[in-house]
Amino acid sequence: MAEWLFEMKSLSASYGPATVLEDVDLKVTENDFVGVIGPNGGGKTTLLRIILGLIRPSGGEIVFNQRILMPTTIGYLPQISTGDNNFPVTVRDVVLSGLMMHKGLITRMNREDMKRADLVIEDLGLSDSGNASLNELSGGQIQRVLLGRAIIGDPVLLLLDEPGNFVDSSFENDFYETLKILNKRMAILMVSHDVGTISAHVKSFACVNRNLHYHPSSEISNEELLAYGCPIQLIAHGDIPHTVLKAH
Amino acid sequence: MADVSIFHYDFFIKGLLGAIFASITAGLAGTYIVSKKMVFLSGGITHASFGGLGIGYFAGINPVIGAAIFSVLSALGVEYLSVNQKIREDSAIGILWAFGMAVGIIFIYLTPGYSPDLMGYLFGSMLTVTSTDIIALAVMSAVLIVYFTVFYRTILYISFDEVFARTYSKYVNVFKYITTSLVALTIVLNIRMAGVVLVISLLTIPPNIAGLFTKSYTGIVIGSVAAGFAGTATGYAVSYNAGIPVGATIIFTLVVMWVILKAARWLADKLKSGKSINTKY
Repeated sequence: MAEWLFEMKSLSASYGPATVLEDVDLKVTENDFVGVIGPNGGGKTTLLRIILGLIRPSGGEIVFNQRILMPTTIGYLPQISTGDNNFPVTVRDVVLSGLMMHKGLITRMNREDMKRADLVIEDLGLSDSGNASLNELSGGQIQRVLLGRAIIGDPVLLLLDEPGNFVDSSFENDFYETLKILNKRMAILMVSHDVGTISAHVKSFACVNRNLHYHPSSEISNEELLAYGCPIQLIAHGDIPHTVLKAH
Repeated sequence: MADVSIFHYDFFIKGLLGAIFASITAGLAGTYIVSKKMVFLSGGITHASFGGLGIGYFAGINPVIGAAIFSVLSALGVEYLSVNQKIREDSAIGILWAFGMAVGIIFIYLTPGYSPDLMGYLFGSMLTVTSTDIIALAVMSAVLIVYFTVFYRTILYISFDEVFARTYSKYVNVFKYITTSLVALTIVLNIRMAGVVLVISLLTIPPNIAGLFTKSYTGIVIGSVAAGFAGTATGYAVSYNAGIPVGATIIFTLVVMWVILKAARWLADKLKSGKSINTKY
């Protein structure tokens, strides 16, 4: 029986006078793989930031199942821009930073931590780059390093913010394959504006455009999307996943 | 005769210790500001501290204390404003920069009785360096070494990716304030030697030299201290023998080092890539 992880109850969020999220209800359980879709500025990233505790809701509440979901058991892959890729830091050090939530302010990484980091680095196909600095890597490789940072602590919930943005196409399949394996161990919430690509991989959709509409399967019909007010591409599942564009 | 040799010896020791502690403090603080791209901010803090220096003179207290108070307050102020994203940071720094200089000059000229060695503070002078200054630098070196060693990972990860650090730590801002204050104090303590105008280069050139050879943070710190020591020690010696201001000599030496090593690095890379092409074909 899958345990629930967190639940948002009529939650709202605002930056100053601007309301970004309003009356949002969402419940995520173990092994969920939710695609969070919606237009830019619709509140997708804000949703993640609330789960991470970076912003407090302005109304309603978010309840965590504190027996299994704590701040230390959430893995987070931000949009690539938050770190400075020219900063003098090695791939191994970046991956190790994912263990900081389990450590105090005064921290030494022990041999076990190092071994763990090397395993993650190997799993993500970066074995040759452990000692490289980020500015020697491609955008897709950096994304993998940051994914390594997000999963080294064995989270129960993995939050991905637009992971498709910088993934090179040669890595895209590997990337989603990796997520599929990870999904056996952890729930995944993936923000994307590219419904077409992620529909083949997620189990359910949450469409965020100020309000949130949860769609418990990975298929959404044209009518439903129009009802949600989501000005985005449509998807349809035949035998082969494909994308259907709105009439234009 | 004996007096002269004691004077020489004293000057030598002072110069040597000054070079050691200046390069340690500047290496640690410099690697932080260069990696975090805070050079302009640090320049602003430096020049703001000149205001405190002038007020210190006017009030008859140790000008370094006035400068320290001014630099730490302006560092915390700029850091606070940037944390809360209330300002266009570069404009604010530009204003702070000029305002500090203006306040400093006004108060130095208002100071009755004697006119202090303005040139010494602007461009650095070994003659005004006292044993108290050296001791202060030594204490600062110890503080920085302990601070950066104990909190290495925490500081490294906050500097690299502040947003991610906030997801696991409540202390991101605290560390930013502490580290920036330590940088401000490092700058003030090095002003006696390198001068207000030049001290920022003492922090920024060594990490850039070290960065030519390593991409690891610790490597850059160690390389910076070494490069800083080579630069300051050579600078002292040349300045002493040629009778030119020490700050300018140090910076000139460091820049020459940087140019030569950058050329050497470029040449080495060129030869290396040439070689690999040869082995391929």
